[in-house]
Amino acid sequence: MPEPDDMPPLDPPSLHPLGVDGVLIRFGAQLSEGANRAALAFRAALEADPPEGTEETATSLTSVYLRFDPTGTDHARLQAALAPLLDSRDWSRAPLPGGRRLWRVPAAFCTDLAPQLEEAAALAGLSPEDAITAICAAPLRVQTIGFAPGQPYLGELPPVWNIPRQTGLTPRVPEGALAVAIRQMVLFSVSTPTGWRHVGQTAVRLFRPEADDPFLLRPGDEVLFHPVARDEFEALRDRDASGGAVAERLG
Amino acid sequence: MAEILIQSAGPGVTVQDQGRPGYLAQGLSRGGAADRLALAEGAALLGQAADLAAIEIAGSFLTLEATAPVRIALTGAPMRALCQGAALTWQASHLLPAGAQLQLSGSRGGMSYVHVGGGIAADPVLGAASAHLGAGLGRMLAAGDRLPLGTDPDGPTGRTFTPLDRFDGGLLRMVETPQTRLFPEAEHTRFTETAFTKDARGNRMGQRLTPAEGEGFGLPSGLTILSEAIVPGDIQITGDGAPFVLLSECQTTGGYPRLGTVLPCDLPRLVQAPPGAILRFRFVSLDEATRAERDEATRRAALSKSIRPLIRDPRDMPDLLAHQLIGGVTRGDDLDRSAP
Repeated sequence: MPEPDDMPPLDPPSLHPLGVDGVLIRFGAQLSEGANRAALAFRAALEADPPEGTEETATSLTSVYLRFDPTGTDHARLQAALAPLLDSRDWSRAPLPGGRRLWRVPAAFCTDLAPQLEEAAALAGLSPEDAITAICAAPLRVQTIGFAPGQPYLGELPPVWNIPRQTGLTPRVPEGALAVAIRQMVLFSVSTPTGWRHVGQTAVRLFRPEADDPFLLRPGDEVLFHPVARDEFEALRDRDASGGAVAERLG
Repeated sequence: MAEILIQSAGPGVTVQDQGRPGYLAQGLSRGGAADRLALAEGAALLGQAADLAAIEIAGSFLTLEATAPVRIALTGAPMRALCQGAALTWQASHLLPAGAQLQLSGSRGGMSYVHVGGGIAADPVLGAASAHLGAGLGRMLAAGDRLPLGTDPDGPTGRTFTPLDRFDGGLLRMVETPQTRLFPEAEHTRFTETAFTKDARGNRMGQRLTPAEGEGFGLPSGLTILSEAIVPGDIQITGDGAPFVLLSECQTTGGYPRLGTVLPCDLPRLVQAPPGAILRFRFVSLDEATRAERDEATRRAALSKSIRPLIRDPRDMPDLLAHQLIGGVTRGDDLDRSAP
């Protein structure tokens, strides 16, 4: 992932009403490192000092959503509180939030557990072996969590991985499946149909409603995959919900 | 502890409360009752807190009994309610005797609610008892399920009120989304001039709508939108041009263009529209939307003041002499009080 200094300047951020009780703060119409960094950093600033009436905040790939209580405040007051914070710095070069973690996650890439690895590798112009090496080469950022509980969008992969989603849907990938498209990976927290290509399998359970900390990953965390053989994957899967994932603090 | 025993349940019968706000950043939508107004109404009828869990019936059927006498309230989409052969008034509270069978059937569509005194005391997961099927939390109720009840604050039964008129479709107010202006102006006009009905494909995640006439709606081809926050009420225009209005159990992010966002205070009208009822849309300003939300919040907070005794029509009473008549009307709850 390029450093912020290498990034072209982004369009200025923009504020938009989203429903009667929400504001969307957009940092880019396209995914980029700077726009994702800005969303993560700006949300952290809001969480540290939320404007009056804030109910909750969340990030998507390049934007922040703030939900407020419309009986206590309104759009004009919220936007007046947000604008100075938004203008106070270049959020695309802001430090990422504190408390982030690096997760090392074992993943199996044998054929039946990674049924579309060959196909995806071919689209990226790589051999399956080189594709595994590339996927496991560097930590990927949890750019956002969404679609399903605890489910991360990870990126950004090198440009060769700018491969499209399938036109059809895979009827079902299992929980823990690792899938790729458009320089991103999704690690599935539920078993679901998907248009992303299934290129690996982990044994990690990302959403554990019964646990004290039900969501394993947080936006801004990093994930580094490492390949394991089938027998090791099966042992991890049978052992516990962590699937062998271990974390260390970043920064 | 008193329990509700489920004797039979059709599809889409779940425990619901106010849901789980606060987890959007982790990909978990709030969920909770599809018609939160009906929760407030049930709470007002029973004189208890609006955050207690109730049973939601999604156009289906339900038969249950209780292990002890319990106060119940019936709100949302009206159904045929029978207790020991007697018809119970909908939008009202009653006393359900221990072991008496309550049979609910004949839904015309929409969401119906059974509230119990003290609420359903299911173990909370992530702070709520509501089933969130999309997130794998909870499940549909089935015959044999036993639901523990909380402590009833006690109070009268045989009470009723006049619910907000929302059971025959009508006008839904919406505000612009960040993508509204991507649609050509002519499409805005056509959308607001179109009569829609509910498609059979609807659930707690969202409701697909069918235009009475004309083509689907859509963006100029080739425009794609990066996935961003989506909220209940958003009118997504999916690939085939049909509007899909997001509801309480929707996903947290999405990349379909959205033409408008229905006001939260108007969503019950969509949820409760029966099949074939006409739904129309109108854009309102943010100021008007904010006023509408505040007015509705004020109205809901005062619901308990609108509760009145249920007055039965003497002609409907099977045995008039068994009831104390006071000027031709009864207290209304004496059927309940005299039940075994």
